[in-house]
Amino acid sequence: MTIRVNGESFACPESVVTVTDLLDFYKLDGRMVIVEYNQTIIQRDYYPIVHLKNDDQIELVHFVGGG
Amino acid sequence: MKDPLIIAGEEIESRLFTGTGKFANHSEMREAIERSHSQVVTVAIRRVDLSGSGKHIVSDIPDEATLMPNTSGARTAEEAVRIARLGKASGMGNWVKIEVISDQKYLLPDNEETIKATEILVDEGFVVLPYMSPDLMAAKHMEEAGAAAIMPLGSPIGTNRGIRMKEMIRIMIDEIKVPIVVDAGIGKPSEAAEAMEMGADAVLVNTAIATAAAPVAMAKAFDMAVRAGRLAYTTGLGQSSIQANASSPLTGFLTPTGGDQS
Repeated sequence: MTIRVNGESFACPESVVTVTDLLDFYKLDGRMVIVEYNQTIIQRDYYPIVHLKNDDQIELVHFVGGG
Repeated sequence: MKDPLIIAGEEIESRLFTGTGKFANHSEMREAIERSHSQVVTVAIRRVDLSGSGKHIVSDIPDEATLMPNTSGARTAEEAVRIARLGKASGMGNWVKIEVISDQKYLLPDNEETIKATEILVDEGFVVLPYMSPDLMAAKHMEEAGAAAIMPLGSPIGTNRGIRMKEMIRIMIDEIKVPIVVDAGIGKPSEAAEAMEMGADAVLVNTAIATAAAPVAMAKAFDMAVRAGRLAYTTGLGQSSIQANASSPLTGFLTPTGGDQS
């Protein structure tokens, strides 16, 4: 299964099934990262139950310094 | 003397808002924010760097501060709305600084798109503070759309050129009922004080603090300047005149007559 994460193509290893798995793969803290799944924001409670499928577009964003 | 600024029902004691960009490191940023006494702090929203283990900025922003994500990177109202929603999904409040910019040389905001974004985001329950080019009619449209405060630029972002748009901002302060926060271009504490003496309700400073040789000390200087300027404004500044008005008594001079100078 290949998805796009932050604009880059990503071949999912077998361990990555849900959004939570994807965050774990990148060692990201789910409380600090906001997830957009195919242009729709998904709430944290749904990370474990949203299953990734081929061609999904994921944006992982967070706060950075800005004025 | 208690003189809080109230935005969207929130009492804000410090009239200095700070941005978190351009600091050399997070610990210096934290210390500077603490020393500035700022209670409203801006952040940007960007893609996570998937190759690194970037530290999250939020853990270094004092808990008491109201986080105000900006929509920098947006070129249209639609993009600003998308970024604002991402910010709100963080669960860290519903304030947003709308920033819609398509001019890459001067980074001047697009007032028309900003008005559109304000309308949409106010409807969605955001506390909206639009960053804008000083213009009375645009500001009125933003106010009518429900902006909680309006943030005209003093001069282009990051230029440290001070309040070049002074007259337009003065008119906005006179005519707009919601708070006016002078954002962008303030390079010196004296310029922050100038904005406050004019009657601005607050100022937003980032570059001038973050890129100072000693950001923590500069944060303190800005805090003092903003308080001084505000106090001068609420006290009422004296009249200015062309001719001199002696400050010392005009009688009792050590002259043979002790009389008035002529």
